[in-house]
Amino acid sequence: MSTSTLTAASRLLGRPRFLDRLDLPRRLVTAAAGSMVLIVTLMLGFVAWNGIQIFLTPGSNAGSVFSTAWQPLANPASFGLLPFVTGTLAVTMLAVAISTPLSVGLALFLAEVAPVWARAVVQPALEIFVGIPSVVYGWLGITILVPWLRENFSGVGFTVGFSWLAGSLVLTVMILPTITSIAYDAFRAVPGDLRAASLALGTTRWQTIRHVLLPASAAGVLTAVILGMTRAAGEALAVQMVIGNRPTMPTGLTQPLSTLTSQITLDMGNTVAGEPWNQALWTMSLVLLLIAVGFVLLVRWLNGRRQTF
Amino acid sequence: MRRVLVADRVATATLWAIALAALLLLAAMIVHLVWAAVGTLSASFVLGDPEFLGLGGVGPVLWNSFYMLFLTALITVPAGIAAGIYMAEYAAEGRLTSAIRFAQEAISSIPSIVVGLFGLVAFVNLTGWGFSALAGSLALSVFNLPLMARLTEQALRAVPADERYASLALGSTKWQMIRHVVVPLAIPGIVTGIILTAGRIFGEAAALLFTAGLTTPSNYHFENLNVLDPKSPWSPFRPATTLAVYIWKVQSEGLGSSVKQIADGASALLLLCVLGFNVGARMISRVLVYRITRA
Repeated sequence: MSTSTLTAASRLLGRPRFLDRLDLPRRLVTAAAGSMVLIVTLMLGFVAWNGIQIFLTPGSNAGSVFSTAWQPLANPASFGLLPFVTGTLAVTMLAVAISTPLSVGLALFLAEVAPVWARAVVQPALEIFVGIPSVVYGWLGITILVPWLRENFSGVGFTVGFSWLAGSLVLTVMILPTITSIAYDAFRAVPGDLRAASLALGTTRWQTIRHVLLPASAAGVLTAVILGMTRAAGEALAVQMVIGNRPTMPTGLTQPLSTLTSQITLDMGNTVAGEPWNQALWTMSLVLLLIAVGFVLLVRWLNGRRQTF
Repeated sequence: MRRVLVADRVATATLWAIALAALLLLAAMIVHLVWAAVGTLSASFVLGDPEFLGLGGVGPVLWNSFYMLFLTALITVPAGIAAGIYMAEYAAEGRLTSAIRFAQEAISSIPSIVVGLFGLVAFVNLTGWGFSALAGSLALSVFNLPLMARLTEQALRAVPADERYASLALGSTKWQMIRHVVVPLAIPGIVTGIILTAGRIFGEAAALLFTAGLTTPSNYHFENLNVLDPKSPWSPFRPATTLAVYIWKVQSEGLGSSVKQIADGASALLLLCVLGFNVGARMISRVLVYRITRA
């Protein structure tokens, strides 16, 4: 109903009652939705404020933040964040590189190949994949994956099993349902006419997928990959449990390393607010927050470029 | 021409193989988790108190998980539904709406450990509550709220326009239409959303390490209903390790010889709870859809 009709009606009926004019429900739901803006603002504010403290405190050796040396207990202490930034990037990129072909394949299976019964099995399975808590993934990593790497691949350098590869493999499984479900939506958004037109030209199903479906849904698939990346970069406990937590620059797939999230998880409880070590951990969270916001902006930009049919 | 046909066959086979591998992996993980816990999951483990160094039980932490799920739902269900109603029914194109959308997406992308640190400052230190069930629930609410809002919005948008027109044509106000027509029709979707997000809350650990804490009073007396008494299991102002956090704590401390057994048992229990939420969501949504469409 348009506002002008309402105004006309209220003129006929006399002034609306005070409560109606106040429109309390509308105010309430607006406040509830608006609270999310408040939360994000507060979160950005708190994390940014705490994250820059190390640069404002004299004598905290803030210059070392951009180095590769993480020695919070040495004298003078050094708070190089590069090992963790690189570690997060390394673990995330490898996980995405392994998971993307599998997830996109699974999404293609669901969208193009699967008969009804197979879809009825795979889709609930994906929901269960999402539902498995990250500590459970981490525990499975510790009890199955890490010993398996150590016992069967010690020849290629898996001395302890806790490693870059172990972290990436756990993340591969964790982001599989994320990428799959969003890529699946992207494939389904491609209208059937495009498929029909391609198949009418005598192409095979795979040719249609490769030359019609994938190009038409490219922006959507890329969005799926970035959201998978977001989840991988932000995952804390599962990664911390299998990665070995060695705060040095990544040296190889078989070696332990550390990430932003895993180091915060481990160290936060051992530090006292206000000391440089604690401030450095906040700087790490600020970096994580900025990465997350960057990914959100990237996804928004991609959505703007998404082909609509 | 033959090569094209071969490529098609190979591609189809590969896609089937990927799907089959994913299913096998899931089945293997679930079977392994349940199998590893078969000897452990007894009544004394599920309900008993933890013991220092010994096997003990997970009763208090399991209670904490459900208790904090309840607290979080108390905050996010009304707020999330209200926010969803705004997004679906009131939001006009404008600065406020796009700010809300951005906030919604941003919170979903922010790592839960960072949400936990925010909670440490905002809900643990500034409020003076210390590590507490309430601080933990508020941290959980931070990232559950946008999720709940989105699921509600989707459920509301799925209500056919005809129902709205019919209501307005009867002379209802917009709010009467939302309250008596749109929301009731969207209930199945909303309830399914609540239960599915419950699974996520139940399994979350990173946001709770520094908000609900790594300790919990045990030896609960449920007849103690004084919510201000930190020894009461009903009190929101006490540290409250959840089941998921307990798994992480046990394995990272690595004390005693029962670590593996405890973590195996607790992981299986956690998995079964989450699976329960998943199955429950499907069943309840089916029942609700049946009831509402029949009426």
